[in-house]
Amino acid sequence: MNLHEYQSKELFKTYGIPCPEGRVVSSAADAVAHALATDSFHWVVKAQVHAGGRGKAGGVRLVQDREGLEQAVTGLVGSRLFTGQGGAAGHPVNQVLLEPVTAIARELYLSLLVDREAECIAIVASAAGGMDIEVVAADTPERIIKVLVDPAVGLQPYQCRRLAFALELEAEQVKPFIGLLGGLYRLFTERDLSLVEINPLVVTAHDRLLALDAKINVDDNALVRHSDLARQYDDSQEDPKETRAKAFDLNYIALDGNIACMVNGAGLAMATMDLIKLEGGEPANFLDVGGGTTAERVTEAFKIILADDKVEAVLVNIFGGIVRCDLIAEGVIKAVEDTGITLPVVVRLEGTNVEQGLAMLADSGLDLMGAEDLADAARQVVGAVAR
Amino acid sequence: MSILVDHNTRVICQGFTGRQGTFHSEQAIAYGTRMVGGVTPGKGGQTHLGLPVFNTVHDAVTATGADATMIYVPALAAADAILEAADAGIRIIVCITEGIPVQDMLRVKRGLDRYPDAHLIGPNCPGIITPGASKIGIMPGAIHRPGVIGIVSRSGTLTYEAVHQTSLLGLGQSTCIGIGGDPVHGLDFIDCLRLFEADPGTEGIVLVGEIGGAAEETAAAFVKAHVSKPVTAYIAGVTAPPGRRMGHAGAIVSGGAGTAEAKFVALEDAGVCTVRSPADIGRRMQDCMAGRPA
Repeated sequence: MNLHEYQSKELFKTYGIPCPEGRVVSSAADAVAHALATDSFHWVVKAQVHAGGRGKAGGVRLVQDREGLEQAVTGLVGSRLFTGQGGAAGHPVNQVLLEPVTAIARELYLSLLVDREAECIAIVASAAGGMDIEVVAADTPERIIKVLVDPAVGLQPYQCRRLAFALELEAEQVKPFIGLLGGLYRLFTERDLSLVEINPLVVTAHDRLLALDAKINVDDNALVRHSDLARQYDDSQEDPKETRAKAFDLNYIALDGNIACMVNGAGLAMATMDLIKLEGGEPANFLDVGGGTTAERVTEAFKIILADDKVEAVLVNIFGGIVRCDLIAEGVIKAVEDTGITLPVVVRLEGTNVEQGLAMLADSGLDLMGAEDLADAARQVVGAVAR
Repeated sequence: MSILVDHNTRVICQGFTGRQGTFHSEQAIAYGTRMVGGVTPGKGGQTHLGLPVFNTVHDAVTATGADATMIYVPALAAADAILEAADAGIRIIVCITEGIPVQDMLRVKRGLDRYPDAHLIGPNCPGIITPGASKIGIMPGAIHRPGVIGIVSRSGTLTYEAVHQTSLLGLGQSTCIGIGGDPVHGLDFIDCLRLFEADPGTEGIVLVGEIGGAAEETAAAFVKAHVSKPVTAYIAGVTAPPGRRMGHAGAIVSGGAGTAEAKFVALEDAGVCTVRSPADIGRRMQDCMAGRPA
């Protein structure tokens, strides 16, 4: 789960990580009130969306007077920001963060994440902050410093010193940096984060370290033990179909094609998408209905994939292991009846009670195409769209 | 022949009296798995499914001589269950539970370093089966046939697909292992490849990978250097968009790393017979064993 920048910075403050004194607002009136209270109209106005690349998309604006502030806030709040990361729909801006303008001497990069290969917590740093770090990593890998922290041992002072000197910090900045990194590490481990990124971490003109941006991703699996973080979930930033799917414990991701898929198991769902593509079609979504699928969930899954008006055909691919094929057939029949769908539906069932399930589909009197196997299913559904 | 488990493997279930534990223990018993008991703290001394219930894994091991466990406890209790099993001397720890926080798994992996004989399979996996001998997990037993193909996979239902195809072709399976879809997990491709290579009953190996991480690339390097048996591989997720997590916590293409295409290329460079369609896994394995080109 992603947090907004302002939410991340509130956490930063709790862990002693210095950030600008900001204020999140959702109207020009609130912004002006805050400006008057602080006796300044020099602000950076930052759109709060779950996407990177805000600056290039016009989501970060520098203002110097009351009129500029009002214009920036009014222009951003209620708009959608197209960063290229949110697909064609972009991300809605519901709030902006006002921060005082910082005089910057240097821009650094600092992040913590789980390194799955090393099975450690990795700290990644670079003196080339403020830029797209993936570009830096690709073009000048020598400018990226990576330190692995053994989770059983914890972050050690020598590791902090190594990073501090590699970042070419001045002697008087080393101690504050070690403090900041210690706070960041505690935040990462105590709150089960999967990513925390500061880009840029700046050295100000007054030689202070300051987290100018903040990005946090919390491990979804750990949200149950961090209810305060779970409450900060902003569903406006997600595709509404994905949010609805989540409520039914379905794993749905919208894509750009016209063939909807409903599959049990993440691996098989990806494989089904690949097969559609291989046959010359384009998948409209990834949808894993999970291992313990019921007829109700199949029905709900159908409604979600049909809410996408690009869809021209549906492929149901269920390899019933523990899930019984007759129950799936029941769910498919009910879903087709409930939704009154007129699009071609290809169904491939395999596994426990498969004969029973196929017979139910055949006897339903509905226009459902049964497929012999995986390849046949993909061919049929791609063929149905082509016609 | 087989790897890791056979008809002598004595299996307990952690989370035995829960809904999942009960259902899958029943299925395992019906399959012929040598189930010897189960663990549910506080219910020690009771009998469940005709088998003894113990309060701790240590008690279960002492009383039954169990050397394998299947874990069906809730996600936040799973790390503890894995470490308890290892500490009790269990050799094969199969963790079916999904949704374990990744930092819990980091600590578990460090904890397991103290138990070099313990093999963790999973978490978030279908488990391990040696057809006709021992089923430890949630896979449908009926699709398996005793035979000569070793199958190792990061995915559940996609494994069943590979199993089904090799069964229909009459090849059957020596042992099938789902290593799980989480980024931090127990046995990896290389561990399984090494075991299959050494197993006289395994004549061919199917490797089913997916996007994310570098496990398939390192497996490819291992195959090139150490595996003489024919290997067929499929990687799921060619069409997955970067930055989106495809169901499994580990299935994500980030920063251009972990794409299906890169994995296919690495495997092909290592002489692995790859298939671009998951429907061709069985047939390609057969051709590969016969020395026929794609």
